[in-house]
Amino acid sequence: MFIRKPSILPPDKPVDRDAIRQSRAVLEHFNRRKLLRGALSLSALTLLTGCDVSEEDSVQKALRAVSSWNDGVQAAIFRSDHLAPTFSPSQVVKPPRFNAYYDIDHVKPIDGATWKLELAGLIKDKRPWTAQQIYQLPEQELIIRHICVEGWDYIGQWSGPNLRAFLTRVGADLTAKYVYFICNDNFTESIDMASALHPQTILATKYAGDFIADPFGYPLRLRTSTKLGYKNAKWIKAVEVTNTFRETFWSKQGENWFAGI
Amino acid sequence: MSTATPKTTVRKEKLLHPLPLRIMHWVNALAIFIMIGSGWRIYNDDVIFGWLHFPDALVIGKWAQYGLQWHFFGMWILVINGLCYLTYGIVTGRFRHKLLPISPRDVIATVRDALHFRLSHDDLTVYNAVQKTLYLGVILVGILIVITGLCLWKPIQFSELAGLFGSFQIIRLIHFLCMSAIVGFVLVHVSLALLVPQSLLAMLTGGPTVGDVLAVEAAAPVPESPTETTP
Repeated sequence: MFIRKPSILPPDKPVDRDAIRQSRAVLEHFNRRKLLRGALSLSALTLLTGCDVSEEDSVQKALRAVSSWNDGVQAAIFRSDHLAPTFSPSQVVKPPRFNAYYDIDHVKPIDGATWKLELAGLIKDKRPWTAQQIYQLPEQELIIRHICVEGWDYIGQWSGPNLRAFLTRVGADLTAKYVYFICNDNFTESIDMASALHPQTILATKYAGDFIADPFGYPLRLRTSTKLGYKNAKWIKAVEVTNTFRETFWSKQGENWFAGI
Repeated sequence: MSTATPKTTVRKEKLLHPLPLRIMHWVNALAIFIMIGSGWRIYNDDVIFGWLHFPDALVIGKWAQYGLQWHFFGMWILVINGLCYLTYGIVTGRFRHKLLPISPRDVIATVRDALHFRLSHDDLTVYNAVQKTLYLGVILVGILIVITGLCLWKPIQFSELAGLFGSFQIIRLIHFLCMSAIVGFVLVHVSLALLVPQSLLAMLTGGPTVGDVLAVEAAAPVPESPTETTP
């Protein structure tokens, strides 16, 4: 069970904290106006003077350097064969909780009939895959805990081809450093190869036995038991195996890149 | 322990708060400030209690990711400094001499004295039973908040450890309650330090000199120690 907080969104749909985060700039604008009208509080002063030291370039540089150092520490303590706890189907939350950098209303569904998974980088067989071809692959089911960086969690039931098996099948260089995902709506995410090869990392096509619904990544998304929620790329369009580190959607915003759990 | 060797008797008196301890105290104060301020920012993104949001003016980091950056920076200061402090406290015997033993009877007596405004602050070098309890308690809470923090950071990598506490939300709650206890401690600690300013000063200058316990036991010459405190 996760504990809900009061939401600014209408209560008749799933609470989306990333959407809240996105719309915070707008909210803050209104807050500022309200505060200006109101008493000259300390928070108004900080907003007016913009004196949040976190945003200073030099401070951000230092904090991001520590965050990169933490990436290395997380890679070092990563246990490549250590399995996350799994749960029973009765504990599964249906539907799953929505998380993206925008509201659930703004999801642009992918047409599964025309969609193809492109392959790029250090992969021998780069022929694209149709959804039907992917459905033919052996499926692995994971009933695992999804943990969001914000603090909430739920148990979900995901199935689809194992990523290590898939990468092996297409002749990917498994000694490369990163697996990079390019998704709908300019979303990008990447994970380290060790996490990609973890036994509980899959390219999920189904949730609780049915095809994943549009808001949750149809037709293909990543699900790994060893990363925070936002690392699990949804609506994947292309997979690239590479040795070159590139910032991803969330790491550009200042979130930790490795984001292991 | 019993018969003093020449070396122990030669040791001079030392300050109530030796320099390493003072450095660790203020580094810890900074780390606690960063951890609590950024922790409140992280908490606000998904509150445990609907009625509790920390005001923006009190949190560190305008956005959640900045709060997280500060938190995972501060944790290194807190943990490295904390380990130095624990090692120092154990190796030098400071914990044993200053914080132990604590008897429930002394605690009750101290509370009674405090309620009658009879507590003496003349001697900073001896902690009363309530002080001992609170200092020892906050050290234990500090250890627990670091352990639960590790479990929140890496619930899968440290799943064996996390399993001792329960579900992810239970660990979050324990982490939160530890924070609340530390905030409560800090409020009392800072208020009392301001009420008895010489105690605050002592944490800056080192405070009065105290005889080395071993030297005292050996009845060694420590004449220049005016505020010596032997039973």
